[in-house]
Amino acid sequence: MSHDHSLNPETMPEDPAKATMEGKHKFLGLWIFLGGETVLFACLFGTYLALRNSTAGGPSSQDLFGLELVFLMTLLLLTSSLTSVYAIYHMKNNNFKKMQLWFGITALLGLSFLGLEIYEFAHYITDYGFTFRSSAFGSAFYALVGFHGGHVVFGLSWLIAIMVRNAKRGLSLYNAPKYNTFGLYWHFIDVVWVFIFTVVYLMGMVG
Amino acid sequence: MTENTNTNKINSFQKEQNKVEMRKQIITFALMIFFTMIAFFAVMLGVSSTFVIPLILILAIVQVGFQFYYFMHMKDKGHEIVSGMIFGGILVAFLVIITFVAITWW
Repeated sequence: MSHDHSLNPETMPEDPAKATMEGKHKFLGLWIFLGGETVLFACLFGTYLALRNSTAGGPSSQDLFGLELVFLMTLLLLTSSLTSVYAIYHMKNNNFKKMQLWFGITALLGLSFLGLEIYEFAHYITDYGFTFRSSAFGSAFYALVGFHGGHVVFGLSWLIAIMVRNAKRGLSLYNAPKYNTFGLYWHFIDVVWVFIFTVVYLMGMVG
Repeated sequence: MTENTNTNKINSFQKEQNKVEMRKQIITFALMIFFTMIAFFAVMLGVSSTFVIPLILILAIVQVGFQFYYFMHMKDKGHEIVSGMIFGGILVAFLVIITFVAITWW
């Protein structure tokens, strides 16, 4: 095999992301990372559950949360999970342009989610004076939801970096694992959000 | 890849497989949206909290299962070690949450 790893119908393996040893290692490495991330977010969720009623006379979750906004954010992130599935589907069919297009849509949906989250935090801070230092509830809330938002920021930077870097290269066995690894990470962000909207927002409204 | 002179046929077979997979993932997505809506509506309609909290937690766990098994392909073969990682993480996650809550409230 030459150093040119670009793919054509003859050399196209079934799963280009895991056809090379490097690809297999990246795949395994990312899942080890996700196992660790599960524990990390569990610590933040545990803290939040323990402190969510400790409002110190400040605003409580019922005063703050609006379910319409959270529902919209959930739809955006869930849909971005589906568009990245589409992107990986096109990767498996060796269609680089469509893969880039669907990852581009994923990035846009992720950016809209982030915009709404920034709006939400700004709304809490300016209209309710609810900050990280307001109460133990405030600290736990911003630590958990903000850390998830930080993951979204990191994921978006990662995605844009690999999309720009590989824009003119086309799909190859070198960059397919990179896109696939990102796809898995992005789904995990959505997994965490499912628990955030359930445990923080919905359970916060129920009381 | 022995005796495969007709690569086009292989590719069309692969393409068909990918399409079947995609269809499953779209169904998964539709179900996830559906479950999300049930959870939000149950809370908005003010169903009693002893009933609604277990309900939304179960819906969340099912959704996460879909995400792991269909979107992240954990149902495919070659994911045994990977499942170990995630279930190990989930086990520790449960212990952590139970511990934190128990220390604070009991």
